[in-house]
Amino acid sequence: MTARLCRHCGSEIPASLDGDFCCRGCEGAFALVQGLGLSGYYARRCVDPAARPMRPEEGAQAFHDVTAHIQLDDKGEASLNLMVEGIHCAACIWLIEALLSRQPGVTWARVNMTTRRLVVRWDPAITQAGELLAPVFQVGYRLVPFDPAKLGRETDRAEKELLRAMAVAGFAAGNVMLLSVSVWAGHFSYMGPATRDLMHWISALIVLPAVLYCVRPFARSAFAALRGGRTNMDVPITLGVTLASAMSLAETIRGGQHAYFDSAITLLFFLLIGRYLDSRARGRARSAAEHLLALDAVSVTVLAEDGSQKLVPPTQVTVGQTVLVAAGERIGVDGVVAQGVSDIDTSLITGESVPAAVGAGTRVFAGTVNLSAPLRLTVDAVGERTLLAEIVRMMEVAEQGRARYVALADRVARWYAPVVHVAALGTFLGWVFLGGIAWQVALLHAVAVLIITCPCALALAVPVVQVIASGRLLRQGILLKSATALERFAEVDRVVFDKTGTLTLGRPVLVQDDGWDGADLAAAAALAAASHHPLAKALVAAAPPGPVADGAREEPGRGMAAGPVRLGSRAWLGIADDDAAQGPELWLDRPGRPAVRFSFVDAPRPDGAEIVAALQARGLAVELLSGDREPTVRLLAARLGIADWRSGCTPAGKVARLEELKRHGHKVLMVGDGLNDAPALAAAYVSVSPSSAVDVSQTAADVVFQGERLAPVLETLAVAGVSRRLVLQNFALALGYNLFTVPMAVAGMVTPLIAAIAMSTSSLVVIGNALRLTRGRKA
Amino acid sequence: MLIPVALLLGLIGLVAFLWALKSGQFDDLDGAAHRILFEDDDAPPPTKPSE
Repeated sequence: MTARLCRHCGSEIPASLDGDFCCRGCEGAFALVQGLGLSGYYARRCVDPAARPMRPEEGAQAFHDVTAHIQLDDKGEASLNLMVEGIHCAACIWLIEALLSRQPGVTWARVNMTTRRLVVRWDPAITQAGELLAPVFQVGYRLVPFDPAKLGRETDRAEKELLRAMAVAGFAAGNVMLLSVSVWAGHFSYMGPATRDLMHWISALIVLPAVLYCVRPFARSAFAALRGGRTNMDVPITLGVTLASAMSLAETIRGGQHAYFDSAITLLFFLLIGRYLDSRARGRARSAAEHLLALDAVSVTVLAEDGSQKLVPPTQVTVGQTVLVAAGERIGVDGVVAQGVSDIDTSLITGESVPAAVGAGTRVFAGTVNLSAPLRLTVDAVGERTLLAEIVRMMEVAEQGRARYVALADRVARWYAPVVHVAALGTFLGWVFLGGIAWQVALLHAVAVLIITCPCALALAVPVVQVIASGRLLRQGILLKSATALERFAEVDRVVFDKTGTLTLGRPVLVQDDGWDGADLAAAAALAAASHHPLAKALVAAAPPGPVADGAREEPGRGMAAGPVRLGSRAWLGIADDDAAQGPELWLDRPGRPAVRFSFVDAPRPDGAEIVAALQARGLAVELLSGDREPTVRLLAARLGIADWRSGCTPAGKVARLEELKRHGHKVLMVGDGLNDAPALAAAYVSVSPSSAVDVSQTAADVVFQGERLAPVLETLAVAGVSRRLVLQNFALALGYNLFTVPMAVAGMVTPLIAAIAMSTSSLVVIGNALRLTRGRKA
Repeated sequence: MLIPVALLLGLIGLVAFLWALKSGQFDDLDGAAHRILFEDDDAPPPTKPSE
């Protein structure tokens, strides 16, 4: 069966509908885009299945009130910063910019594809913000205003400062190297002292201002550490570079033979590269998390006493008010059903894959989705007091409890920095008191020790590997959100899976058994085609395309009926319970024939068993924690070969289990997607979440992967293992090089030429070693 | 002497880079890579550097 795809949003059109669109909103959006002459968009875009479909939300006014976020500048121009959800590819950026720039009064509209942020400026005298943004909403993007001052301004500025410093250092290093090469050549040929001194003076002129400018990021951190009574890698760096520059200046004034200007500035250049890469890797993780956090934009329809409806954010709802929830809408409050019968998808909270039927008096929770019919709820908890907020709070607590992980590089730096200081001081004192030479010369030797030991290769060892590893993972749709995630991944000894949506796809699939034949299926599908219930959709998906039954209507919470033919739950059709029936099912009842049973299972991800086996082969213990009922969990565990499983776990129960494992010294990798997993994801040593997961879980997880397969978990583990090996090798290389060169420096045999050669070769070796990570598998 | 010439050329490069950085050309590397592929039939809105 070939699915027809909506011409606008690219999602599947329900079999019950004719035409080219899946809903009226999409039809309107398509007409809008066509009308503006922008239909080229559809030709050039590519739909990213992982992104939110571009389906306009019902009721186009259902967007945030942006007026509070509009900023006016002194020329009377208004500007607005927005986050865009639903960007699939570059064509979306083009479409949004084109839509906005055709509005009257707009002077500037630009989408940043990396950060998914939109800046729009316009003349407020001509257009209102609401009118301005309306076409973008109608096409199906979601816009959320944000305050740019609050989001990462600080780190942006720090990153730009690093980049500027890097440019200055690179310029100075390149030019000084030209001069230094002639000085070095002069040692072997006939350069007179006058020419040499001239070269040194020019070098000093270039390097001294550059060093003053470029050393600031390191100096700041070094002073902060010293003030706190600690020492870090930046202390020897700052000390080494400033001392080397100062001593070289003194040597130049004296007309001496050796100046270390080139070493000082090249060292800074390399270190700044490492620092910048590091900050980029962190920044990418950060922006992913920010994006998720800013997108909590549900609005609630409140029914006032005079019968009027009002759309308000959940925070403004008070207990006791009546709230309307349309079919297909996510519920924003905790409450009791006052009126209406429907099915509720509770998978977010309980992890159960089959919707629960609700009627008057049933409690429903924020975060669940109302599937089949409108409901009226009496609010009994809002905002911070909902079950949803409770779970989020639990997650935050678990996150704080997560032992502060110290990155490998910092642990190395902790003992390396004191050793460097002692070695340099020892050299100085040794030469002055034992060697009996002038203190200026002794200081020059000490500076040489500082330059040689400067953790240039060490500073590059981790960032280079990390950038290459995260790039390789990103190409396979795996996003590293935490900078230390890879290091923690490499230490994992136990993997804990959630069931629904993680090991399974989180949607039911019809079981092919002998209870029904093709005619039964066709009859059932004709009824089911008019429903949005997940079981009905699964039934339709399994059947060949056919007509929709005449007069089919949905009985919320029960099933479908068309005349005397009924399709629905066991209780509704009056069929007695028996023990054989397990898991979700639908019954088809036609007059004069025995009832037919269709049963469904939540299909495991296609490579589930394979991945579990591969993990076990790597010596990792695999465990399954699910909130679902026991029979379903047992069945799946047996099918995937997982011996260790628990069913009926609450979110708190999952956290407790992880804490217990932690106490036993296990380092647990948690893989989960539901809101009920979020606290467990935060409590685990390291965590992974599919991109189909809810926002909160993606925020809690260290790694987010795309696609239907579980293979990314294995791939991340493999890359983490290789990265760790490469980082350790890099450390060994850097330290080994020090073992060889430090004695030479202490002995005072290191000239600027030797220092420059040793430094650049060790850095190149480290980078070359890291590049091996790109070999092997072509992505 | 060639040294001042070399320095001047390097300095021009440095200033050009710093200018590009300041005017926001390094803010969105992904977007910039794709933008060249759009054909804009009508002129985009007058651009000005973000502050």
